Amino acid sequence: MAEEPAASDLLSLDDLEAVSGARTGRRHLLSVLVENKPGVLARIAGLFSRRGFNIETLAVGPTDDATVSRITLTVDGAAHPIDQVTKQLHKLVNVLKIRDLDPDETIARELALFKVSADDGRRAEIVGVADIFRGKVIDVSKRSVTVEITGTGEKIEAFEELVRPYGLVEMVRTGETAVTRGRLVT
Amino acid sequence: MRAVDAIVECLKAEGVDTVFGIPGGANLPTYDALYDGGVRHILCRHEQGAGHAAEGYAKASGRVGVALATSGPGATNLTTAIADAVMDSVPCVFITGQVRTDMLGTDGFQEADVTGITMPIVKHSSMIRDPRDIPREIHEAFHIARTGRPGPVLVDIPQDLSRADIDYEPNPALQLPGYQPKSEGNVKQIRLAAKALANARRPVIYAGGGVVSADAAAELTELCTSDRFPVTLTIMGLGAFPAPHEQWLGWLGMHGTRAANYAMDEADLICAIGARFDDRVTGKLSEFAPRAKFIHIDVDPAEISKNVPAHIPIVGDAKRILPKLVREYRALTADSSRLDAWWERIHGWQERYPLTYEDSEDEEIKPQYMIEAIHEVTGGEAILTSDVGQHQMWTAQYYPFSAPRRWINSGGLGTMGFGLPAALGAQVANPDATVVCVAGDGSLPMNIQELATCVMEDIPVKVFLMNNFYLGMVRQWQELFWERRYSAVDMGTSPDWVKLAEAFGATGLRATEKSTLLDTMRQALETPGPVVLDVHVSKEENVYPMIPAGAAARDMVG
Repeated sequence: MAEEPAASDLLSLDDLEAVSGARTGRRHLLSVLVENKPGVLARIAGLFSRRGFNIETLAVGPTDDATVSRITLTVDGAAHPIDQVTKQLHKLVNVLKIRDLDPDETIARELALFKVSADDGRRAEIVGVADIFRGKVIDVSKRSVTVEITGTGEKIEAFEELVRPYGLVEMVRTGETAVTRGRLVT
Repeated sequence: MRAVDAIVECLKAEGVDTVFGIPGGANLPTYDALYDGGVRHILCRHEQGAGHAAEGYAKASGRVGVALATSGPGATNLTTAIADAVMDSVPCVFITGQVRTDMLGTDGFQEADVTGITMPIVKHSSMIRDPRDIPREIHEAFHIARTGRPGPVLVDIPQDLSRADIDYEPNPALQLPGYQPKSEGNVKQIRLAAKALANARRPVIYAGGGVVSADAAAELTELCTSDRFPVTLTIMGLGAFPAPHEQWLGWLGMHGTRAANYAMDEADLICAIGARFDDRVTGKLSEFAPRAKFIHIDVDPAEISKNVPAHIPIVGDAKRILPKLVREYRALTADSSRLDAWWERIHGWQERYPLTYEDSEDEEIKPQYMIEAIHEVTGGEAILTSDVGQHQMWTAQYYPFSAPRRWINSGGLGTMGFGLPAALGAQVANPDATVVCVAGDGSLPMNIQELATCVMEDIPVKVFLMNNFYLGMVRQWQELFWERRYSAVDMGTSPDWVKLAEAFGATGLRATEKSTLLDTMRQALETPGPVVLDVHVSKEENVYPMIPAGAAARDMVG
């Protein structure tokens, strides 16, 4: 062993840790602010498909600023390195800000519409289940009832499980949208 | 002012002296403005040629290259050049005509959704929807193309909007709130990198095309020579460190030198600068540089930890970062002798595995000899462009580049037919330079039409055709990995390249014997105007050494 350099400059290469690039193994909710311009959503969707990233859910809407839209999407951090996803997104010129939302600091909600087959005998049961989930009955016909449920993805999936035995005609989900808790801007 | 006249004003304001392109229905108004607008227009013979010419212009000069095309097929013909420019980070602005706004979406004549088609292969693009936006959008295109990690930007302009009258104010304010490339680099990280370098026993500096793009060759050389750091470059970076040099290991990767690849394999610290760990460099990723920690300096944060996890990431412009790194490193006064054992090991590889070939003993021209001959007759001072294939690899191996922007090739996309139009563009950017296109007989026909452009515009590029009558690189792979089943690689003897050159109005020459090659090459260089020199080389020579696809660097063959 040759002599080490001056003590103040000590640094063992062995102590250096690689900076991310790893998979986190959990689902990530990304809140992306974009310029409200034609083709921006296509650019984002195209980027995901080209890089082999899979979007699990996607919700798009206006914000309080008419020139800015918000895209909330969920990505599987087990299948993809999230920092690659966000860094590639940042390269799009129309992307203004990306926030990888911390699940503990975030309120996420999704809206789902369930059309369940129901004859007279079972309708009350279904409405009962909907009540437990604080759902709203928004349409009733002779052979069906349609329920609106708002909540986290897990809540919606729980409701789906319960009404499936009655005969689920259709289910429509919006994908999650989210804000951070507290006064801070998302 | 007509919007198209504003476009020409914007081009001039951006310092554009020359554009390449072809007119058509949808960009007729732009061409009317170019008629007496004061910007030189070079009429190419195919939009792909115009696109590569813009790339060659940009790569040789460091300025933004510009190509114009009409809607539909004109625009789709540009796509290969756009994809090429995004892969090699070439600053280019492509301006396409589009059908009138009332025709959009109707499958009108010569309508193609060019912003949609090119979305995955541009740095940015936009379609004009309001003619008043045209000046701003053009300036934004130039700004985005040349800053940060350079790349192609496309502006698509519907024909009716380009004819509109607008109020033109020079230098409109850019509106790019989401575009803020970083340039300075984090000071703490730079300090940490200096310490890591000072503590490394087996360091390698691995630099790429980003150093050339950043005009940071001098800064790179300063860093490398601030100690006796071994240096290797990617094929895109050749010239960024002056070869030959005692610290120069040769380039690395699939057909790089053993010394460079083995050094990467055994390194304890690799300092990557403007390079992106392409698969042609790493070989089998899981066995790449297994003992190394990585410093990664790049202007594009998405490159960091994309293929190889970085230990010390530094995001920014190499030209700004490298001088700071040198200062920090010098302040540590590291003991250079710690590298003695490492250099001993490297010298061992260099002596055992020099880049070499078996020359012929008769008149046969070996392809490697042909490249050495080009180096001799040009004094190593020419700008060389190349097509893609064996000749490209041999040029990179046997022509030492002592300065940046002298080696112009299609590294990322690997576009055959790149060489001639790129040479055309490089010559326009450097009228007094000797520009040689090292072409392959498979590649050259793919854009040979640009010889007409060279003749008409008096662009005196010299095409040195390495003619082995094969799609040589494919043949090599078939020989090595497909039991010599030569499927669809025989190019035959057509065309007669001398006659073809003459038919275009260029000069055609041929060399088939080693003893007259140098003289014929000199004759080609001394002949005014464009020249095609058809050099018949060994038919079945292979490029060695080689990392077989999917193998690790230490498993190089040949």
